[in-house]
Amino acid sequence: MTFGNYTDYYKKDLISIEERKEFNTLNVGPTHPATHGVFQNVMLMDGEFIVETEQTIGYIHRAFEKIAERRPFYQITPLTDRLNYCSAPLNNMGWHMTVEKLLGIETPKRVDYLRIVVMELARIADHLICNSVIGVDSGALTGFTYLFQDREFIYEIFEEICGSRLTTNMGRIGGFERNFSTKAWDKIKYFLKNYPSKLQEFENLLARNRIFMDRTINVGSFPADRALAYGFTGPNLRACGVDYDVRVMNPYSSYEEFDFIVPIGQNGDTYDRFMVRQEEMRQSLSIIQQAIDKLGKMDDKETYFAQDPRFVLPPKEKVYNNMEALIWHFKIVMGETDIPAGEVYHSVEAANGELGFYLVSDGGRTPSRLHFRRPCFIYYQAYPEMVTGNMLSDAVLTMSSMNVIAGELDA
Amino acid sequence: MLKTNTHRNQLVTSKLINQFAEGIEAKEMLADMLCITVQKEFIPEVLRFLRDDKELDFNFLTTLCGMHYPEKKQLGVVYHLHSFNFNHRIRIKANIKINQPTISTITTLWPAANWMERETYDFFGIIFKGHPNLKRILNVDEMTDFPLRKEFPLEDQTREDKDDSMFGR
Repeated sequence: MTFGNYTDYYKKDLISIEERKEFNTLNVGPTHPATHGVFQNVMLMDGEFIVETEQTIGYIHRAFEKIAERRPFYQITPLTDRLNYCSAPLNNMGWHMTVEKLLGIETPKRVDYLRIVVMELARIADHLICNSVIGVDSGALTGFTYLFQDREFIYEIFEEICGSRLTTNMGRIGGFERNFSTKAWDKIKYFLKNYPSKLQEFENLLARNRIFMDRTINVGSFPADRALAYGFTGPNLRACGVDYDVRVMNPYSSYEEFDFIVPIGQNGDTYDRFMVRQEEMRQSLSIIQQAIDKLGKMDDKETYFAQDPRFVLPPKEKVYNNMEALIWHFKIVMGETDIPAGEVYHSVEAANGELGFYLVSDGGRTPSRLHFRRPCFIYYQAYPEMVTGNMLSDAVLTMSSMNVIAGELDA
Repeated sequence: MLKTNTHRNQLVTSKLINQFAEGIEAKEMLADMLCITVQKEFIPEVLRFLRDDKELDFNFLTTLCGMHYPEKKQLGVVYHLHSFNFNHRIRIKANIKINQPTISTITTLWPAANWMERETYDFFGIIFKGHPNLKRILNVDEMTDFPLRKEFPLEDQTREDKDDSMFGR
């Protein structure tokens, strides 16, 4: 038995290190604790480093745009709850304002201020979840358990205002369904008094913590020009250093009367996103305080909806005792009121970016087309570019700091 | 109270008509936003011009979505652009014949258009020529329908136990 040219045979086995390199495919999701929602990332891993990643989304797609084409306007509010369910009132108010823009309803100042109180509370609730989850993903569970008590308290305030907690279905087209109760005001004031110190305590746990800083600074950083090309909005864009805020650029609901700072970051990394959200929570508290001051100076303490009987449901007592109110109630509920034909685009600064509603009406009872501009659907595309070449543990932190909410991603 | 920037709207209209006279089909004001209908062949050039022109500077693609007009047998794509420098928004529309649903992609101008075009393809069946990865995004890959077209039923249309003539449509 001969081995022929033994040397050649031997050489064949000597593969260079490059050729011997093996990549592993890693599935992160669809149900993985680190994704904080139902979406999948198929990652090609070189050891601990990410070579390539591809996202699969749509696991909880519920066809809201299609359902909306068969529903009267006031029945679309519960659909918007389920977009970004961490801050449902923001979506509700955005939708109401879109319809008001189409119908040409002018809301009273008091309604604007009440809306601002609710919207800023929702923003705090959302940022609080996102920031404490960044802590959890970097290994600090304590802050999360602290702050969740306050999120619980914000939900209690929502419960006092509208009767539900997570998917709030809050307000009506033209205002609110009822005035804020004294208990609700007491709770809001209690929150304003107690939350700042807790927020500071939370920040003290993380912001100058060496481990947290090492885990987050320069992790998942993204330059401003790429962020703009990828359609980033909200805190993620501001962390890159672009001071774009819908509340300032296109003020709605009387935001132009309020005095607040738009915080921006420098590097667009996880740490900057964390710090921008921290500061935004403080600004939100100050906005709520300003709104309460403005409301206190108003003589009128009773107005909570616009005077437009065509679209604003009359109070229930009037429906029982007043013929006109009964007629309007019937017409609104049965969808008999005429909706003008037209198209509007309205956007609000939701907790994770510009939430836009493109509403096309052909004069029917329902929208002929409704498109949601969902901020995280647009900016989540940039995720592969942000994490490629980084380590897996950094990718997890990057994802949680981007505040990707599956409900909004999939609509 | 709707705020409109008449001066900037006029500037955009006059510049576009100067540059692409034959490509502009219509212009109208809808609520507070200028809306320009462009022939679909001109879409990439018009959007590139709007983005790169220093006086217009529409640097941000806010959103992109599909439309279906069953009575006109047309599909449409609607682009919302935003200029951060001048704080000005406009809407660009393109109509597409339903039996030939193709339009050029704008992913080369804004990478953000990637998923938005995939979503539009997924729901309306509009084929974006030159798109790097045009496949379904939210619906299952096996699906053959385009669900946001008007003929696609929201409920099972064979149901007989429910009379919808009084409610909605």
